Amino acid sequence: MISVTSLTKRYGAHTAVNDVSFECAPGTVTGFLGPNGAGKSTTMRMITGLTPPTAGASMVAGRPYRQLPNPAREVGVLLDASAQHPGRTGREVLTLSARTQGVGAARVDELLSLVGLAGPAETRRVRGYSLGMRQRLGIAHAFLGDPRVLILDEPANGLDPEGIFWMRGLLRDFADRGGTVLLSSHLLREVEAVADRLVVIGGGRIVANGTKAELLAAGGVRVRALDPVTLRKALERAGLAVTAGADGALTVQAEAEEVGQVAASISAVLLELRPVDTGGLEELFLTLTAGEPKETAR
Amino acid sequence: MTATLTSTRAPSAPPQTFTRPSMVRLTGVELRKMADTRAGLWLMVITALISVAVVAIQLFAAEPSAQTFKNMFQTTLFPTAILLPVLGILSVTSEWTQRTALTTFALTPQRQRIAGAKFLAAAVLGILAVLPGLAVAAIGNVIAGSMDSAAGSWSFSGILLGYAVLFSVINILFGIGFGMLFMNSAVAIVLYFVVPTIWSVLTQLVSGLKSTADWLDLSVTSTPLFDDAALSGGEWAKLAASVGLWVVLPTALGLARLLKREVS
Repeated sequence: MISVTSLTKRYGAHTAVNDVSFECAPGTVTGFLGPNGAGKSTTMRMITGLTPPTAGASMVAGRPYRQLPNPAREVGVLLDASAQHPGRTGREVLTLSARTQGVGAARVDELLSLVGLAGPAETRRVRGYSLGMRQRLGIAHAFLGDPRVLILDEPANGLDPEGIFWMRGLLRDFADRGGTVLLSSHLLREVEAVADRLVVIGGGRIVANGTKAELLAAGGVRVRALDPVTLRKALERAGLAVTAGADGALTVQAEAEEVGQVAASISAVLLELRPVDTGGLEELFLTLTAGEPKETAR
Repeated sequence: MTATLTSTRAPSAPPQTFTRPSMVRLTGVELRKMADTRAGLWLMVITALISVAVVAIQLFAAEPSAQTFKNMFQTTLFPTAILLPVLGILSVTSEWTQRTALTTFALTPQRQRIAGAKFLAAAVLGILAVLPGLAVAAIGNVIAGSMDSAAGSWSFSGILLGYAVLFSVINILFGIGFGMLFMNSAVAIVLYFVVPTIWSVLTQLVSGLKSTADWLDLSVTSTPLFDDAALSGGEWAKLAASVGLWVVLPTALGLARLLKREVS
């Protein structure tokens, strides 16, 4: 269970995260989507008590993270797979954490084999690990304390397609057994395949928040015209909600027929008119975040 | 590879109450972190090897009457005092330089407890660090005694051992303090070597600063720790003042910064 209330982070004049609120319920996977620099990582660092928020609050497992007595036993966290000491072996990284949390050494073996790092890889130093291997080590680390909540920042980064498929199964299984997962990504396909709920963030603000079904149904129709400006005006005169996409296409919250009628009434030349397809999360994502300033990641 | 977890507890199980890790546990982990990287391990190995070297040099270079257990042991304290603080510095700064702070403080969000554990771990290491010196000095002294009857005196007192331990602990905590203040390996190590040296040179050159050095130059105030006599009240006060400046002040400033800063 994660609840985030009006989290805001300002760095001088720049607002990295602006009034972000959402909840993640047990039994669900929440995809936290946004382009790079949208504020995903900053939000996750605020939830885990690493970055002090300028305003707002967050609770994990019923408490502010920093008040959890032994957080790793309740919340598995993976924020940056590369943030490991290159001179330690994979096994040593997990052993240190297991000792801190007070879980047995047997758990380290269990997790190493779960993520496929058991054997020669576990005694190699992290320096020699690929990004995918570091990501697997990070996932093992998140699961180590047998938590009920997972907070994972871009865990699919660097994993090969087979690894992504594997991780998807792992998270789905965890949620189906009642766990809570917050998973950030800019890999839309990955999140679409595993998430129940989506929170989309752009320029530090939440631009969409709902179940995957709701957000996908809200896809509407995609229309591209020779003269998009005139068509947009006409559609808006007809009372339809129009958003301009990244490539000059318009997304209209209406049936294709309605859009066609409007286009015919002003004799607009259409280049494309179709419902936003089911792979439409990408469309939605691009639409929602188009025009948002792309801040550089901190 | 399998996608099922063999965890003993379902994620939906009712909340358990967990106790926070004890300081003993955290200190143990921090001690392990000092030795489980190549940098840490080699620093320890090199420190021990230099101890062997300084004792060996005395066997050849020192007057037989000066070849005593006490002298040999005390000379081993200097390589320890110079190199172990680097281990103390790295123990703190590698968290930032290698970005492991992200994991460390997610595991233990009470940052002052991690700082405390690092301090305690360094103190334990400072105590343990005199042991190899004792062993090497004993071996050296046996050899010296067998080569020359004038050498090989075993005269030694508990108070000297206590002072040696104190000297070792102060020096490694000095490193921890610098590490906490600068939170960057390169900066902290360079300044750790440069600043006290410049300070010593300055106080030697500028006559007005001489009396300051008596109080605030750690290399001056720690000298009585090598004498056979117990420290006087004034000597304790001077040692405490210099420890305050070089250990307590950087640690306090570093801690204040640590508690507020963003970990990323």
